[in-house]
Amino acid sequence: MSLLTAIGVLPLIGAIFLAVVPSKNIELIKRFAFGVTLIVAALSILLATGFDRASTKMQYVQSNSWISSFNINFAVGIDGISLVLILLSTILLPIVVLATWNEADAGRWGVKSFYVLILALETLMIGVFAATDLFLFYVFFEAMLIPIYFLIGGYGSGNRSAAAIKFLLYSLFGGLLMLASIIGVYVISGNQIGATFDLAQLATLEIDNQTENFLFLGFFIAFAIKAPLWPFHTWLPDAAKSATPGTSVLLLGVLDKVGTYGMIRFCIELFPDASKTFTPLIITLAVISIIYGAFMAIGQKDIKGLIAFTSISHFGFITMGIFAMTSQGMSGANLYMVNHGFSTAALFLIAGWMMARRGSSTISDFGGLQRVTPVMAWTFFIAGMSGLALPGLSSFVSEFLVLVGTYTRYPVAAVIGTLGIVLAALYILIPVQKTLHGPTTPGNENLKDLNLREKIAIAPIILVIILMGFYPKPVLDVINPTSAQVVTNAGFTDPIAQVSK
Amino acid sequence: MLTAPVLSYSLLAPMLIVFGGAVAGVLVEAFLARAQRAAVQLTISVGTLLLALQQLWRIRDLSSTTAAVNSVTIDKAGIFLQATVVLLALVAVLLIADQDNFVAQASAVPGSSEEINALQQKSQQTEIFPLFLFAVGGMMLFPVATDLITLFVALEVFSLPLYLLAGLSRRKRLLSQEAALKYFLLGAYASAFFLFGAAFLYGYAGTISLSGISAAFGTANEVFLLIGIVFVSVGLLFKISAVPFHSWTPDVYQGAPTPITAFMAACTKVAAFGAILRIFYVGFAQSQTLWQPIITVIAILTMIFGSIVAISQRDIKRMLAYSSIAHAGFLLSGVVALNKDGLAASLFYLFAYGFTTLAAFGIIGLVKDSAGEVTDLNRWIGLGKKSPLVGGVFAFLLLSFAGIPLTSGFIAKFAIFSAAYKSGNIALVVVGVLASAVAAFFYIRVIIMIFFTDPINDSVSVVIPSVKSKISISVATLISIVLGLAPSLLLNGADNFANFLR
Repeated sequence: MSLLTAIGVLPLIGAIFLAVVPSKNIELIKRFAFGVTLIVAALSILLATGFDRASTKMQYVQSNSWISSFNINFAVGIDGISLVLILLSTILLPIVVLATWNEADAGRWGVKSFYVLILALETLMIGVFAATDLFLFYVFFEAMLIPIYFLIGGYGSGNRSAAAIKFLLYSLFGGLLMLASIIGVYVISGNQIGATFDLAQLATLEIDNQTENFLFLGFFIAFAIKAPLWPFHTWLPDAAKSATPGTSVLLLGVLDKVGTYGMIRFCIELFPDASKTFTPLIITLAVISIIYGAFMAIGQKDIKGLIAFTSISHFGFITMGIFAMTSQGMSGANLYMVNHGFSTAALFLIAGWMMARRGSSTISDFGGLQRVTPVMAWTFFIAGMSGLALPGLSSFVSEFLVLVGTYTRYPVAAVIGTLGIVLAALYILIPVQKTLHGPTTPGNENLKDLNLREKIAIAPIILVIILMGFYPKPVLDVINPTSAQVVTNAGFTDPIAQVSK
Repeated sequence: MLTAPVLSYSLLAPMLIVFGGAVAGVLVEAFLARAQRAAVQLTISVGTLLLALQQLWRIRDLSSTTAAVNSVTIDKAGIFLQATVVLLALVAVLLIADQDNFVAQASAVPGSSEEINALQQKSQQTEIFPLFLFAVGGMMLFPVATDLITLFVALEVFSLPLYLLAGLSRRKRLLSQEAALKYFLLGAYASAFFLFGAAFLYGYAGTISLSGISAAFGTANEVFLLIGIVFVSVGLLFKISAVPFHSWTPDVYQGAPTPITAFMAACTKVAAFGAILRIFYVGFAQSQTLWQPIITVIAILTMIFGSIVAISQRDIKRMLAYSSIAHAGFLLSGVVALNKDGLAASLFYLFAYGFTTLAAFGIIGLVKDSAGEVTDLNRWIGLGKKSPLVGGVFAFLLLSFAGIPLTSGFIAKFAIFSAAYKSGNIALVVVGVLASAVAAFFYIRVIIMIFFTDPINDSVSVVIPSVKSKISISVATLISIVLGLAPSLLLNGADNFANFLR
């Protein structure tokens, strides 16, 4: 068993252990879950230190036969792109557990089930980024829906079961379209090179144009729903509003990345020609997402809805970077995925604390928090600034790379995309002003500032946001080779910027 | 002088044992004291089925087209299908053994003093066991029969007991009898269609054997062949409840005693699909251009109709009836595929679906109030809170029906759709996955009712199952779980056994 598999299996063992051992001690359950996620995080950092950055090959590979009659293997391995996403997941999880220590207490089924679901979800998240077998990926991709569905439906607030089912049905619909495409790819591989689900081998298939376009669409729609891209986004605001802050962090921070990750790993690597065909359409959708998400965010009265729509805008940037098909754009998009994960996590967690203290998620209920709860206000401010890509904070680097990468090929899209940055200033600064500054709104005078647990939880995120803003090199070193490789394999070379004399 | 037909008893042993057990059951019913009957009957049924299973294991590598002159072909796929029927029946008989689902005296008029007397004296008749064994025997014969007359006989042998069994519910007897009558009348029409088609096929080919019909292709006017195929198909499609021959399904599923519904839903599907697969793969393979478009359209209609109508159901048994219609549509893609993968996938699908269905109906039988079973979905609300284990298992079974990965239903769907894709029926695959998306909605709606809605205060509760039901439900559930995680265990077998002897 490779270290990768061990990291993936560990949370599942924890979940099973938790489910089987009878314990009524809530505090102990929480500590156990936190301990497991912490160990996984530590191990995944070990995984990263053993990773050869210069190589673009899959590393930590392992392959065992699972369903031999279809040649389905339990095959895992990571390259730069999957490594950083696995790191993002494993590092965010203990933070989420610690930050939302009490969020399961009011749930429908008790604390234990909550942490069983969280731990099971961690295994699936690692699996989905590590799978190098298409079928295995699909299994993780779909199975992941179930814990999230129960997390939203069982522990959320408001109209939670409606939001949960909307999320599930959207995802299932996309997933089943993808299943049709997977079957297609599988059958075609059977005709050409012997039936296989191995990604590296599938990438060598010669598929005729029309079939390739349809297969591509099956994958792309599934990922566009997941990411989510306009017009497939409508489930996200509902889900984010109903889920607990911790679940929202996992949903927007990690799970939605599966969509953008899938676009790179499957859409582009398996169907380079179709990707080329659809690029103009996808870039258009991405630009619409950027602008639409930003405008919707400006209009939000609900703080969770605000963060959800800012994410739609950000996912527009990521998708644009991916399909710009330049190495800067691709690297930028990958880095963006990581940065967006951390800054959204910060926003959601702090917003969660604010809401828990005030008992409301309406922006206008807050005001003057700076005076009452300075630490909370400052952390929210930094997270917000990262959200609008302030230079010096992490998001700026990735947004800049995406825009540069896009400009060299699609200048118009890049220019319109830049407008998104201006709008971002509006949708972040207005709520920041309303919630943090000005006179303290009645009812807010006695709010408590962050306690020690919360400070410990948020500190690493803020640290990452600032460090990555000034020194993104360690992460970029991991991402760059693989990103360049993806673009080259898809048959693109970076355009040389034309400078008119 | 007539020569006696040569029968190879060794190959027919599994079926003969089951029929023998059924006859013994009738004798027990006639001669044994009432108090001992139930236990003896159950022993006979279980013993017979186990023995039949053992015999099937013994002949697993044998094959012959002349097991009973030219009427029965014992081959790999046939043995697999028979074994599936027997295994499912073994689990089902434990559900059926819970006698309080059945009317004490079937002959007593509903609501009469006779009926009340019979109940009070606990003079429970046990004719269900021999009826059940006859049905199982017929179901074993159906997928190995290779001429049209034997097919017809097998069809009737397993249908007639089922018509009776459907009418034996202890509670809501009128509903149950209405269902039985409906099933019988429509079933009789379907049988008539089958016979009519058989006559045309005989007229076309001059023989009733499937291989003969296949060999005669191209020698006579194809119109007769087409008419024959269409009418024979009507009879068969009725049994698997394909649209537009499905209308009996919800009523019968709802009205029949739940253990019988479980048995019927699981085993009839296996037997009828087994026969359809054999008829189309062996008898009509040459003439595929004639029937493939028709069956494709029916498969598409069945998938769409079953999935969509299931959404509006408010009764759990009716909902599962429509779900079984949708599954019949998915299974028909395996028939249309007409390749070895399609056969292997169908074998796996039937096995997996059968056990999931048995477990699901087994659980439905546990949800009761003082007046008996509660199948109204609105009263299932909040069940997960009252008994998390039962709710959890039922949710798992629904996810398996829906075909979520890591369940047996998913592997089955994947296998059958990839076979259909391989044969070039891409439209079927696309409609299939879309119908699955629709179907997922109503399965998940039930999960929401069970888990995400607070219980309304009423008297519905989950009864503590008897040991027999407990064994039955846990075995069926366990098989579903194992097939989801390690499908290779059965897939390889299905692959090896996916072979019709022509």
